[in-house]
Amino acid sequence: MTSTTLTTGKQEILPPPTERYTVLGWIRKNLFGSWFDGILTIVGLAFIIYAGVGSLRWAFTSARWSVITDNFALFMKGQYPLEQVWRLWVGLYLLAFVVGLLWGVFVRQRSFTAWVLLGAPVLFALIVLIIGGSGGWLSLLLVDVLAVAGWALARWQPQRTRRAAITLLILYFPLLILIIRGFGAEGFLSLVPTNLWGGLLLSLLIAVVGIVFSFPFGVLLALGRQSQLRAVKTLCVIYIEFIRGVPLITLLFMGQVMLPFFLPSNVVIDRVIRAMVAVILFAAAYLAENVRGGLQAIPKGQYEAADAIGLNGFQKMTYIILPQALRAVIPVLVGQFIGLFKDTSLVALVGLLDLLGIARGVLANPNYIGRQIEVYVFVALVYWVFSYSMSYGSRRLEVALGVGER
Amino acid sequence: MAQRTTEQHAVPFWRDERYLQLLGQLAVVLAVAALFYYLINNLIHGLAAQGIQLGFRFLRLTAGFDIGESLIEYSRSDTVLRALYVGFLNTLLVAFLGIIFATILGIVVGVARLSKNWLINKIAAVYVEFLRNIPLLVFLFFVYTVIFLKLPRTDNALSISFLKIYFSNRGIFIPWGIPGETFGSWLVILLVGLILAIVVGLILYRQGQRTGRMPLIGFWAPLTFVVVGLIGWIALPSAPLIKDVPVLQGRNFVGGRGFSPEFGAMLFSLAVYTSAFIAEIVRAGILAVSKGQREAATALGLSPFLTLRLVIFPQALRVIVPPLTSQYLNLTKNSSLAVAVGYPDVFAVANTILNQTGRAVEMIGITMIVYLTFSLLTSLFMNWYNARIRLVER
Repeated sequence: MTSTTLTTGKQEILPPPTERYTVLGWIRKNLFGSWFDGILTIVGLAFIIYAGVGSLRWAFTSARWSVITDNFALFMKGQYPLEQVWRLWVGLYLLAFVVGLLWGVFVRQRSFTAWVLLGAPVLFALIVLIIGGSGGWLSLLLVDVLAVAGWALARWQPQRTRRAAITLLILYFPLLILIIRGFGAEGFLSLVPTNLWGGLLLSLLIAVVGIVFSFPFGVLLALGRQSQLRAVKTLCVIYIEFIRGVPLITLLFMGQVMLPFFLPSNVVIDRVIRAMVAVILFAAAYLAENVRGGLQAIPKGQYEAADAIGLNGFQKMTYIILPQALRAVIPVLVGQFIGLFKDTSLVALVGLLDLLGIARGVLANPNYIGRQIEVYVFVALVYWVFSYSMSYGSRRLEVALGVGER
Repeated sequence: MAQRTTEQHAVPFWRDERYLQLLGQLAVVLAVAALFYYLINNLIHGLAAQGIQLGFRFLRLTAGFDIGESLIEYSRSDTVLRALYVGFLNTLLVAFLGIIFATILGIVVGVARLSKNWLINKIAAVYVEFLRNIPLLVFLFFVYTVIFLKLPRTDNALSISFLKIYFSNRGIFIPWGIPGETFGSWLVILLVGLILAIVVGLILYRQGQRTGRMPLIGFWAPLTFVVVGLIGWIALPSAPLIKDVPVLQGRNFVGGRGFSPEFGAMLFSLAVYTSAFIAEIVRAGILAVSKGQREAATALGLSPFLTLRLVIFPQALRVIVPPLTSQYLNLTKNSSLAVAVGYPDVFAVANTILNQTGRAVEMIGITMIVYLTFSLLTSLFMNWYNARIRLVER
């Protein structure tokens, strides 16, 4: 009965009429609203045509992209030995599978984002096919196959896979490092020293290590800064303000030049780890400030309620305060991760061969003299694609979590 | 809590929260102190093993290296300290100009981002989204190697001829003034003009307070200054500043003021890159002013310009200024990337000294202190500003 009245009610109340434009009307309203708008539009259009035609002409005629295609493997993985590259693929497949599982368990529906994510490997495979790479396209398509397989498995057995997916997510990072670094001098998964890591691989690894390891450290710092204990609070404030006050590059130089002095002379840490330590110390201070923002957003009643039901300080934080605070700052943390990923390019200045370092190395090669535009455009594009897709994802996440309107 | 007060004597001290807090703090402080002791002990032993001594006496020694550009007189026989000072001034210069240009560009793009014109809106969006998602260092390398080093040679430099500005791969050259004989007296006149301008501003402010009609202080006070300066210029027997135009002599320009390609690349990339972030801040600030405010202002009969000046902007500024100062600080810290293109800022100079003398600890310490000072000053300003804003809010 109620349902019928509801439907009739729906039919009776018409939605407000939407504005409809013809194409010309739309142009008139949005491009030539006033004479000043008209001038702006014409100038803007002239600029777009000039710049667009110029760049397209350059990209398809005078640009020599062979510097990219010849060194593509170098850009992606640096000096990582060719016969071990399958390990990187395994890492990627594992990631695709885990993401597929998680998607199936938590997101469930097929959204636009999923199609974009699945489309990316297909697109790359097509590019590889057109350029004429050898067999790489099959490996790329396998990424999609595994992701879809993970998703299907999770949809088929949601209850059982839920726990497995979370376990895999937590185990993924140590497992990845194990696969990439290996162990033992020879044989299966032999050791690949960090000085052979390079290119995009190194950039991503430094960023991921930075965020993963700075996370607990940053949360502790944030809690310390909010703490009632005077001494702890002072120490945390000093650390946070000190790190936030100096540029990352000074910390990186400190890691490269000064860290050896601060350790016993028999301890030798390789350069990549030193850069990672600098990045972790740096990221932790910024993360602490972000988490503090989340902590401050928690109403006082939550603390009092936790006290009232007799939780001790540790339980209060882990069960009541932190879950809410961290959820509120997830988008900010994604933003910080993007910033960190961009900041990893600074390690090129201390001589590491990350994506930018490799680019400079390639440009120093006499065979590729004068190809700065091609190389830097390519590098910028790679950074852009990663950063933009992450920020796009975080905006979707923000909408989904409903924390944007804080 | 209640339990503790009633049964105070029953609680042993190892379960008393006050003792526990004290002990916890003590433990943390001791742990940090022990860590520092360990590190510094290692440092002293390590340095002693290599025969290096800590200390700042080397700052008085001769630097022995050239610096490409300097705001003050400097030669390689000057002291290390002076070399650092040159670098410090260069940092200030690029950061100061960068902040000015980034602000102007950022406001323009931020307003364009809110434009009703679809095309302008989208161009601004692409500008912002492109710059915000690439690393500054990549942008800097691109700008330096692709734009500033690819400029034509000096003998066929791009020029804005009626302004006598030249762009070449040796740098950018603009006309400049050389202080003449009467420059000193003109400076005095300018000072008098400044004092007069402040007096005029104060009088007008008082009058505004009294009558309730605030006159255009921002117009009349600067006008006073400019008029006094102009009168001084005309009244003095010879012009205080002599125009010096860059002229091509041999392979390079002579005269005027030259800016190296490194400086140009630093300034350009810092200003453009930061402007994208400032644009987003400006946009968010203007959007943060609720729509009702604009409608109310229109209902009161304020013109669109007055609406912006009296209603939207003062409120938007409150949202804009805190993140804006943090962007300014970011720009200043990012100017340390100058080391990548060889612009001699304080970090690059310190790095040179480090390589020449091996004084790693001291040099990195000094650069950190310089940047920490910047950031401390910024946060002091922020606290002052926030306090002022709160007064306005009551």
